Amino acid sequence: MMLEKFILAAITTNPKKIPSGTAVFHCDSKKEMEQVAANLEAILDGIAHALSEDLYIIVKH
Amino acid sequence: MNEYTLPIAFGIAIGTMSRLLMLRTDYRQYPTYLHGKIIHIALGFIAAGLGTVAGPAIMEEEFTAITFLTLAASQFREVRNMERNTLTELDGYELVSRGKTYIEGIAIAFESRNYLVIFTSLVSTLAYLIFNIWAGIIAAILAMLISKKLMAGGKLKDIVEIEYAEPRFDGAGLYLDNIYIMNIGLPERQKEVLRYGMGFILKPKNMNARSTIANLGQRQAVLYDLSTALGVYRDSGTPALVPLAKRDLDDGRVGVFVLPQERDIERAITVIGDVPTLENAIRMPSEKKKKEGSDAS
Repeated sequence: MMLEKFILAAITTNPKKIPSGTAVFHCDSKKEMEQVAANLEAILDGIAHALSEDLYIIVKH
Repeated sequence: MNEYTLPIAFGIAIGTMSRLLMLRTDYRQYPTYLHGKIIHIALGFIAAGLGTVAGPAIMEEEFTAITFLTLAASQFREVRNMERNTLTELDGYELVSRGKTYIEGIAIAFESRNYLVIFTSLVSTLAYLIFNIWAGIIAAILAMLISKKLMAGGKLKDIVEIEYAEPRFDGAGLYLDNIYIMNIGLPERQKEVLRYGMGFILKPKNMNARSTIANLGQRQAVLYDLSTALGVYRDSGTPALVPLAKRDLDDGRVGVFVLPQERDIERAITVIGDVPTLENAIRMPSEKKKKEGSDAS
């Protein structure tokens, strides 16, 4: 099955904002969050989108 | 040698020559040098042969012989399929794809050029047979001029005004003027995008142009031509660096965002202006109104 768009992972520093149904990476600082997002972006061939200051998602386009 | 040998040789030569004139490899790099070209020259030769022998067939009152022109039709439809299949296969491996509309446009052009060759050969052989070789040559030149006129499609610069727009970020959103392009989260990527990215706003000159540039295939053709001419700053596995064209829903302007290797604004504007308006993308909503007004049905 081919999916047009799909959330591959979520990266957050705010435990309250954990989305369900996807892989979540908790980070302690914004810097760590950016690093994790950059790595995941490269590994998963997706784009890191910022939904808010403390929540990034990796989306496959 | 009989009375038809020379006219037939003349017609075939003229037809093949007209195919050669219409076969240009430009910055789009298609057809590829040598082998790709040989296929089309050979097919042009066949088309020239088909067109040429129709003349003597009419002279000999062998009217059923004309039916073999239907063979030509199916033969060249096959050419269109061949082009479409090849280009579609290759498109998957391009960093910036041509898109289906552009491919279809190219395939149609290849098919129709063969018909123009048949037309040129037919006309010039008939003129040779009815009058003399000079009439044949004049007919050939006229037919080639007509072919050239028919082959030259419109350019994007005829229907839009092109302006440079510096890409900017509003939070994580990338904007060209007020047109939203995409969301890029990582500050590192944002820096890269601002450093290498270039934006252009295509402003439609009228309502017809508005619908034409809204076509996704037409937009992809702009991105493809720009990326071919100026290079592209991107690799596989970096979807964040993909060139995009988005539309302003309010006034139909299209924002084209690209990451070229060579940041030359003047050249980019020329390249965008020279992008062909794809015949499958052309829309003419104003024609509809005109017809209603004149009560033509």
